[in-house]
Amino acid sequence: MNIIVCIKQVPDAAEVRINPETGTLMREGVPSIINPYDMHAIEAGLWLRDQKGGTVTALTMGPPQAENALREAISMGVDEGVLLTDKAFAGSDTWATSYAIYKSIEKLGADVIICGKQAIDGDTAQVGPEVAEMMGIPHVAYVRKIDEVGDSSIKVERMMDEGFDIVESSLPVLLTVVRELNEPRLPSLKGKMKAKKAEIKKLSAADVGAVEDKLGLKGSPTQVKKIFAPEARADREMLEGTADEQADKLVKKLSEMKCLL
Amino acid sequence: MPIVVDRSKCTGCESCLASCPFDAIEMKDGKALINEYCQACMACIETCPEGAISEVKGADEKVVDKAALDAYRGVWVFAEQREGKAAQVAFELLGAGRRLADSLKVELSAVLLGADDSQAQELIRYGADKVYHCDDASLASFNDQPYSRVLSELIEEHKPEIVLAGATPIGRSFIPRVAARLITGLTADCTSLEVDEGSRELQQVRPAFGGNIMANILCPNNRPQIATVRPRVMKPIERQESRTGEVIKVTPKDLSSGTKVLDTVKEDSGLAVNLQEADVIISGGRGMGNPEGFKLLHELAELLDGTVGASRAAVDEGWIPYSHQVGQTGKTVCPKVYIACGISGAVQHLVGMQSSDIIIAINKNPDAPIFGVATFGIVGDVYEVLPALIKKIKEAKA
Repeated sequence: MNIIVCIKQVPDAAEVRINPETGTLMREGVPSIINPYDMHAIEAGLWLRDQKGGTVTALTMGPPQAENALREAISMGVDEGVLLTDKAFAGSDTWATSYAIYKSIEKLGADVIICGKQAIDGDTAQVGPEVAEMMGIPHVAYVRKIDEVGDSSIKVERMMDEGFDIVESSLPVLLTVVRELNEPRLPSLKGKMKAKKAEIKKLSAADVGAVEDKLGLKGSPTQVKKIFAPEARADREMLEGTADEQADKLVKKLSEMKCLL
Repeated sequence: MPIVVDRSKCTGCESCLASCPFDAIEMKDGKALINEYCQACMACIETCPEGAISEVKGADEKVVDKAALDAYRGVWVFAEQREGKAAQVAFELLGAGRRLADSLKVELSAVLLGADDSQAQELIRYGADKVYHCDDASLASFNDQPYSRVLSELIEEHKPEIVLAGATPIGRSFIPRVAARLITGLTADCTSLEVDEGSRELQQVRPAFGGNIMANILCPNNRPQIATVRPRVMKPIERQESRTGEVIKVTPKDLSSGTKVLDTVKEDSGLAVNLQEADVIISGGRGMGNPEGFKLLHELAELLDGTVGASRAAVDEGWIPYSHQVGQTGKTVCPKVYIACGISGAVQHLVGMQSSDIIIAINKNPDAPIFGVATFGIVGDVYEVLPALIKKIKEAKA
């Protein structure tokens, strides 16, 4: 079974801070990590390989330094890392990103493609389903459990608002997975050694046969017009004093407003 | 790259660096250089005192057939249903859609798949002029491929300029397929939608970059403009019993699917529902320091008949289950009183709670962004303020 896991290198959101004066992001010195949901996708890929045999390939699109994310995936047990990198991809929105990934997967070939449910930097959850549509294959989003894997079908549970659905899909299929699915394994010492030496395969837009005007800013239907910090509330009141005084003032305010008390 | 630095004008003053929300400007040989992270947001252009940064048009500029875009008219709402009943989010979207349609002087239509005619009528009472309705039994339970095919084909036939859908497990799963198929833009989890009457462009606002900042996103050259909106963000208009509209029956050609829903299992997710319906929410964040701290929050919640929420940071630390999470990746809530304890207030959290009536923020750091949305702000240690507050409330109640 050919398994492709799509991963993304993201800034560690917990470390990102806003510059209070300019309201912009301060990313300097912020470490890059594998998108946390993608760690569960990697684990799911390895688990599937344990069940059915085959290979797990980690695929990422990004700048040259995204290679580090692939090496980390290899240290966890992934067989191969593929880096999709090209200046032509710069500024891609979810449509253009999906197109580039779709072209790569077509070239690599896969029976099961696994993605994290969303990336923590954009939180759109769009690329997985868009890739599936472009490939003309089914997908199941928010997978929390894999019940059965056959040679031509797979049975999974997908999270819904009020519970879950048990869904059967034909193969090939694309799954997007949630944290509840599994506990990602830690890299082994052997894995780390392998990751260090592994050769990362690099693919350009031309290598995967992607058409230039469907890539990057040019191929992106959406455009970021403006970035801004959210507005502050005008009627704010700060309650000063010791903790006791502050608590007292708050309780009085709330009683005046006939709220809660 | 449409944004360029004129190296002959650049003095290397570095004043543009901080203006870039994407970290896309670096210094090379003493001059600014725009790298591949650039999203062409143009924030840097005005910060350059030398006027050295500009947008280049030309080679990279897309040829846009404006007449083709103009053929798209009307606002649509995908009205999702669960177990045959239109979901609350559908009515909320009709409220938002009604406002947009009135500004653009066009019709508001809803698309309803897999429910009966009573639901189509209900959508009309909440603002729809037309309902495209397919009651084929195979659409009763949500299935990505037929849903996306049917909606895409309807869009191709009728050409609406705007399509709205709920950012729910259903909308977030299949609407991307629709955007992929139609080669158009999709903006997820919008918190505000405005329309420019002249250009007819939809101004979509959503949190970006882990929810630390807001972005205004456009889809200038493709139609329709598709946006998803989370439940509880928009307000429905008042239901009008006597409102009338047209129901158009749709008979799709192809309902085939690679997936099949074998069973739908309901779980008692009472808590999640509680969060969205609670009048009082007491939330804790990273500043609580440890899972023990949440006992204080539960104590206060019990006293005020409220529910305990949490920020993503607290959930990520494993102090409290995900079902308590408030924010862009958790629940959007709108209680009468929201008490944020030790939550710094990343935009990702703020968008999930800022429409609460009264917001009380308790945080050690006076510069924490949470104070920006607070009605009452208390700068202090949660471990001093909360016990004092619990004591005072007990006294007031006694």
